[in-house]
Amino acid sequence: MFNWSELVPALPELLVLSMACVVLIAGLFTERNKGGFIVFLSVITMVFAAILTLKDHVAGAQFTSELLFNETFVRDGFGDMLKVVVYLLMIGVFFYAKQYLRQQNNLQGEYFALLLFATLGIMVMISGYNFIALYLGLELLALSSYALVAYNRNNVKSNEAAMKYFILGALASGMLLYGMSLIYGAVGTLQLDQISQAIASQNNDMFLVLGLIFVIVGIGFKLGAAPFHMWVPDVYEGAPTATTLFIASAPKIAAFALAVRILGQSLDVLVIHWQSMLATLAIMSIIVGNLFALQQTNLKRLFAYSTISHIGFMLLGLVGGEQGIAASMFYIIVYTIMAIGGFGMIVLLSSKGYEADDIKDFKGLNQRNGWYAFLMLLLIASMAGFPPLIGFFSKLYVLKAVIDQGYIWLAVIALIFAVIGAFYYLRIIKVMYFEEPETDQAIDVGFDVKTVLSINALAQLGLLVVVPVLFQYCILVTQSL
Amino acid sequence: MISPELFQQLIFYVFATFTVGSAMAVVTVKNTIYSALFLVLCFFNTAVLWMLIEAEFLAITLVLVYVGAVMVLFLFVVMMLDVKQAKASQLKQSYTKAALLIAAAMLVELMMLFAYKLSGQIPTDELIRQEAGYSNVAEVGMELFTHYVYPFEIAAVILLVAIVAAIMLTMRKREGNKQLDAAKQININPAERIRVVTMKAEKGQGQGEES
Repeated sequence: MFNWSELVPALPELLVLSMACVVLIAGLFTERNKGGFIVFLSVITMVFAAILTLKDHVAGAQFTSELLFNETFVRDGFGDMLKVVVYLLMIGVFFYAKQYLRQQNNLQGEYFALLLFATLGIMVMISGYNFIALYLGLELLALSSYALVAYNRNNVKSNEAAMKYFILGALASGMLLYGMSLIYGAVGTLQLDQISQAIASQNNDMFLVLGLIFVIVGIGFKLGAAPFHMWVPDVYEGAPTATTLFIASAPKIAAFALAVRILGQSLDVLVIHWQSMLATLAIMSIIVGNLFALQQTNLKRLFAYSTISHIGFMLLGLVGGEQGIAASMFYIIVYTIMAIGGFGMIVLLSSKGYEADDIKDFKGLNQRNGWYAFLMLLLIASMAGFPPLIGFFSKLYVLKAVIDQGYIWLAVIALIFAVIGAFYYLRIIKVMYFEEPETDQAIDVGFDVKTVLSINALAQLGLLVVVPVLFQYCILVTQSL
Repeated sequence: MISPELFQQLIFYVFATFTVGSAMAVVTVKNTIYSALFLVLCFFNTAVLWMLIEAEFLAITLVLVYVGAVMVLFLFVVMMLDVKQAKASQLKQSYTKAALLIAAAMLVELMMLFAYKLSGQIPTDELIRQEAGYSNVAEVGMELFTHYVYPFEIAAVILLVAIVAAIMLTMRKREGNKQLDAAKQININPAERIRVVTMKAEKGQGQGEES
């Protein structure tokens, strides 16, 4: 007999799924550009999902993992923490998306429904305890993202970006699936814990390593790590900015969770093999990301390359043992908060039919509006990793974990290129403060978006108070994996 | 008199030959329509092979889904696109080397596989024969809705997203669309419907500008 109370740990997922359907229907009854109610529904969904996710922890049930649906779904502290971050990011995404789509005169309910479905995919990935569930979550996220990228269907660039994203994404999914099937062939199970046990009890590595290579290629594609980064700049540039800021944020957390679940929880015995592969990917990403970003004049492309280098840092953390996983979890959380803020600024400066995605659009922002220039300064400086902003601490923890593992040369290379990377961040700051504005057009945004953006940017300072606590939580939840 | 086992083997070889033959025809035939039809033949033969290993559900699904839906769609597209038959001379040069390389690699792989199998390392178990009255569909359904209910539901959501995305990306209000709005038609009143235009009488064969 089926017992409904078994579903309780999956309540956040069920809520997001049902609300996505509600938003889909509500979208039919709202006029174009009148989507205030839809945005409200979406934000409320995230708030309640956060309450449902957190209520057990407030009640004192600490970080024990619960398995559900025949052990295909896991509810643990690691997943809950990442999910809460995803909810917060999505609230930001909803507000920025509303602002952007209103500007472009293209606000439709489906956009928000797809965002919610993508959120569901992310949650499924974070909670996947079985290769099938992980893969299906990935596909749900990817399929929604393709549609979101193609949203501006009259824009040639948007279509091109969607096409590239779709083809390369499908290729990456294929790679991942092939790797998973090889691993399944070698161990005969799809459960993460059982795979780990099966690998430990046998010594035939050949199939497993082959499978591992494909899995890492797949994850590398999804994360956008060099040398699988080719799609990132084109997709970031071509997609509507609202979609870009989504792609740059929450899915990265999902990809991180995917990497930890697959590499850390099921293939942990093969750590010697994947450690060196990840180190290579990390170093290549840091080098490629920082060097190519130097030549960009388009801000979206610049952020795309900066993402690549940040992903490199995140992967570097995964090399650094158990502390390292916590450090890279901290890194990815901090990075996604910075990233949506950065793209949020582009949304802010855009106007109808015009995207402020060029560095020269930020010229003299200080004269136009000192507060926004200050917010952008915080975000950019945090991305570059200037102390005492939070972006500095995330880099610090990762490098410390890497050095503790004895990979000093990795840390040295990473640091050198982080310093080189500081150049292009500083250029944006210089343009904002020391150049004359080309336009004196007033920046016209709603109060809500202004508030969200301010909170988002001030978090770079404000989170400093909780850095040790946040990092402690990261350590706690990754240890309980 | 042929024994049942022998008869089964006979069936297997006949249909296996047809499968391989039609599969080869798919890639060698120049006319795209014939190629698609050969693919249909290939699917039918594969369905019979599945029937032989008692996978009735898969066999029927293959015929229903692939032959019934996918291939029909395929044929539609091929016929609507008016694909020109590629001339042999155009095909000759471009991909021959790459194709040969891949074919050689696959041949080596196949030979390795056979060598591996002949070495006896892969256990070749007999098929488990189920007794009469065993329902394939019921078994698949039970597994799908108990063990795999979570992946199954997510797959359903993925389908929903696919539908939403496809409609969102393709449905548009075109300018000059002649579609009729039934609600508007019903709500109209006579005063709006007829417009009396006064105009000069025209001579000759000129046509009225408005009616």
